[in-house]
Amino acid sequence: MTTTADPTTLEFGKARTRKEDARLITGRTKFTDAINLHGMLHLHVVRSPLAHATITGVDKTAAEASPGVIGVYTAADLGVEGVGLPCAWPITPDMKSPQRPLLAHTTVHFAGEGVAVVLARSAAEARDAADLVEVDYEPLEPVLNMEDALKEGATLVHPDLGTNENATWVFDSGAAGTGSSIDEAISAAEADADSIVLKRRFIQQRLIPAFMEPRACVVDPTGEQITVWAATQVPHILRTMTTVTLGVPESKLRVIAPDVGGGFGGKIGVLPEEMLCVALAQKTGKPIKWNETRSESLLAAHHGRDQIQDITITAKRDGTVTGLDVHLLADMGAYLGLVGPGVPILGAFMFNSIYKFPALKFTCTNVFTTKTLTDAYRGAGRPEATFAIERIMDELAVELGIEPMELRKKNWITHEEFPFTTVVGLTYDSGNYEQATAQAMEAFDYAGLRREQEERRASGDKVQLGIGISTFTEMCGLAPSRVLGSLSYGAGGWEAASIRMLATGKVEVITGASAHGQGHETAFSQIVADQLGVPFEDVEVLHGDTQISPKGLDTYGSRSLVVGGIAIVKAAEKVVAKAKKIAAHLLEASEDDIEFSGGTFTVKGTDKGKAIQEIAFAAFMAHDYPEDMEPNLDADAVYDPENFSYPHGTHLAAVEIDTETGRVNLRKYVCVDDIGTVVNPLIVEGQVHGGLAQGIAQALFEEANYDDQGTLVNGTFVDYTLPSAADLPSFDTSTVSTPATSNPLGVKGVGEAGTIASTPAIVNSVIDALRHLGVTNVEMPCTSQRVWRAIQEAKGNTTQETPIDTHSPGAGLGSIDPNNPQGEVQ
Amino acid sequence: MIPSKFDYVKPASVAEAVQALADGGDDAKILAGGQSLIPVLRLRLAAPSVIIDLGGIAELRGIREDGDHIAIGAMTSYHDIVRDDLVKQHVALLGQATETVADNQVRHRGTLGGSLAHADPAGDLGAPALALDAQMVIAGASGTRTVGAAEFFVDYFTTAIGDGEILTEIRFPKYTGWGSHYEKFNRTAQAWSMCAVAAAIKVDGGTISEARVGLTNMGTTPIRATGVEQALVGQPATADAVRAAAERATEGTAAPSDADAAADYREHLAKVLTGRAVLAAAG
Repeated sequence: MTTTADPTTLEFGKARTRKEDARLITGRTKFTDAINLHGMLHLHVVRSPLAHATITGVDKTAAEASPGVIGVYTAADLGVEGVGLPCAWPITPDMKSPQRPLLAHTTVHFAGEGVAVVLARSAAEARDAADLVEVDYEPLEPVLNMEDALKEGATLVHPDLGTNENATWVFDSGAAGTGSSIDEAISAAEADADSIVLKRRFIQQRLIPAFMEPRACVVDPTGEQITVWAATQVPHILRTMTTVTLGVPESKLRVIAPDVGGGFGGKIGVLPEEMLCVALAQKTGKPIKWNETRSESLLAAHHGRDQIQDITITAKRDGTVTGLDVHLLADMGAYLGLVGPGVPILGAFMFNSIYKFPALKFTCTNVFTTKTLTDAYRGAGRPEATFAIERIMDELAVELGIEPMELRKKNWITHEEFPFTTVVGLTYDSGNYEQATAQAMEAFDYAGLRREQEERRASGDKVQLGIGISTFTEMCGLAPSRVLGSLSYGAGGWEAASIRMLATGKVEVITGASAHGQGHETAFSQIVADQLGVPFEDVEVLHGDTQISPKGLDTYGSRSLVVGGIAIVKAAEKVVAKAKKIAAHLLEASEDDIEFSGGTFTVKGTDKGKAIQEIAFAAFMAHDYPEDMEPNLDADAVYDPENFSYPHGTHLAAVEIDTETGRVNLRKYVCVDDIGTVVNPLIVEGQVHGGLAQGIAQALFEEANYDDQGTLVNGTFVDYTLPSAADLPSFDTSTVSTPATSNPLGVKGVGEAGTIASTPAIVNSVIDALRHLGVTNVEMPCTSQRVWRAIQEAKGNTTQETPIDTHSPGAGLGSIDPNNPQGEVQ
Repeated sequence: MIPSKFDYVKPASVAEAVQALADGGDDAKILAGGQSLIPVLRLRLAAPSVIIDLGGIAELRGIREDGDHIAIGAMTSYHDIVRDDLVKQHVALLGQATETVADNQVRHRGTLGGSLAHADPAGDLGAPALALDAQMVIAGASGTRTVGAAEFFVDYFTTAIGDGEILTEIRFPKYTGWGSHYEKFNRTAQAWSMCAVAAAIKVDGGTISEARVGLTNMGTTPIRATGVEQALVGQPATADAVRAAAERATEGTAAPSDADAAADYREHLAKVLTGRAVLAAAG
């Protein structure tokens, strides 16, 4: 059992509905907010309405006198002024790293930062009293624009750092020896009449992860250990980081991530509120609960993206690309998140994508502003990279007059060339871009839609058709610990698993990769059922509690299957090896003569055999087992892969644009993803659908904007526009399989693929629909207003500027400002 | 999110509700379907001392024919309006606009009276009420009075409903045989209107004989596109004639500027959508 699953069983590849869904969709589950303990107190955070200000006074009198209030505390009251939240990714040795306090105590650095907390007997009383805490602020200049923030004399977010620059990280293929010099490539292209140099600037707007369950935690200090329930993706990291932050011994901490309602990277942080709950639980000796409101979540939970991308590509006039020079500015916000500074760096190795660039240079400067901090959001660095390369490939195609898919074909790695070491030194283990592309183009009717597009252009139809391509790849399955070490990442990338064979033949699987909506319990059960030859129903997957699954590195970066799943396979192999010994002993045969298939150990050439359940019972009874082993089939494994996982695919979008109103209507979306071997096609389809929706949302719907005072203007779901199913077409998704050679199951990650791939496909299609009208760019999200303005500009008409920092005045709730909750509706 | 504390009263009749409102004073707030008030409370944008829930007053629900009017109780849900045969036959425009409001869940809870009394300029029911000359029946301590839609909408979130008064019924003249259409433009399928146009048209022998056009979210109240109406009457129901008339859609408007649409874009949309609404209404 060292390669793919036993062909005689059916679990692997079966489209099982998810075993966790019955409890999730009927509400018979426990989310953190559903945990209520005797004597529990409730925490509410008093947040700064200002982006940048000196705190000149905090008057707690009225709040302290409010009914049910136990106390009102500032950082000084709690003695935590010196406590800083961790950043685990110092990307350069000289990275500037401001301490992020649990509560701002002298200066607030972003709107939404906590200044004090109220503890009360009920959540309502805590909330009421929070309104009564009077904080006096002396406003300071907000720092909002990355380019301005880097200029000489700019207002500094953290004056003690002497700069708003967090770090500049450079990768140069010439210097690294993985490729040639970009400077030479550009000089050569400039000097060559048969080459071109093309520059474009792309903006990655700020996005909000917008998970369904807001963040929450409950801390119970009343036992021997402190127990923390948290709506987190990272219970294990949270446990270690709580020790690092507060000094509570790790052995005295138990962290539980119960059912968690989504994360998308937004729940990988170590939160000030979590640390405050621990500190207050220790102080009061009572259980403490914190549960944020939706508006608090939008305001204060970390955001994603927010980059300015200056891209230079060089190519021969025949379309052969010769170099790529990438300059990024990445907005960190006011402080550094747990892995925030490294997020753009995860994209560094993906700008070359599937193409054979001989030279690549990547330079990224991270910048501090007085905005909510940014950190991982589905795809983390790779959507940004994929957007830039797929957009500029389209721009290059236009410049050179080459059909955009033909340009890609000319430059991509052919399937015969795998394994392929890229210009940034990564080795792509497997892939077949030709196959995925051919299948996608056929399902899409690429040629037919191109014909229709020509007809609409020729007839001057008021509805124009655009076709967008994204032939993406990504690196996921975070992962190789040594590689992460070389990038100064503050942790490894292994994953742990244990398998326990119970006396009755049932199986408990313990994984360190804790799910928050992915369907691990189902997919992992399928893997184990095949590995051990037991029924799917007999497998129980346990996770998300450091007392049950003591070892793990949690769930992000599409790592659960390709790292956590393989750890489970490794543990299963050990179980089988042990069981085989006992089987040989009981069957009175040599171990070499024992075969294992479909859950039964048989003696070669005989009909003598024993089921794995019988062996488990024999091990439990321990009446008769080999001298040289313990009576136990259980096994642990820690798996640390040697390479990342490289899923790829071809995504094609067709949009219709109403040129009178600017409305973009996504008519058709086809994607063919190569994610290697598929464990559960239904879960894959769900991941791809959700991923597409989020990637399309960046292209067409979502943006988090700040006004000139540094106030977030998208503080509710009225103002932060998420699409629903009614805004999206029925997706045509399918998979092809070039099994990964880097792991024994041949699997690749799929959790982020849809998000990474879809955004450029959509924007390429929007611009493709309008290019003949003279439009060359539309910023994301490509709203009807932006598209209409782009058309007007191309016609030479002047229009007003899009007031992205102004609330909708009539939007059901009235002219609300979520940061000014005292302001009343008329 | 948790609203501030309030007292809760659930009267069983309009008279009791009026009394409760008088007892509650300035801080009392009326709860109809709750689709705007509850979010406002939860966001703590309002903190009334007492909430008077009209949900227990049976007489405020229902749609009936009353001579040459269709009378709709203020607490009648969107859902009931959308499915009602009298509405389909005589006030089709109202049903068409109501069907575009949010989603099924909201349409089961939200009420016509609640929406009109809230008077959000982005709400979808003000423009048809205005275009169709609805009459608002308002009850107070001294009895009932009737206010025409043209006088009902005063400003942003402000109507002619006075202190101590409750909107009880909305009366629509019959527009039997008219063509109508509500053309809505929004960011996402369930969002509020960035701009929308309510049009009811009477066509006789290919010529527009009467036209009623109302605009959503083009000012602080719903707005009657009088200029368009005048320009349409007597014109053939053709694309060219309608589009020419639609150019007058911005007369008398004060389009807001916000993230979804700056004023110039809204004005452009008003013209385009007016043309589309009228053409669709004219069939």
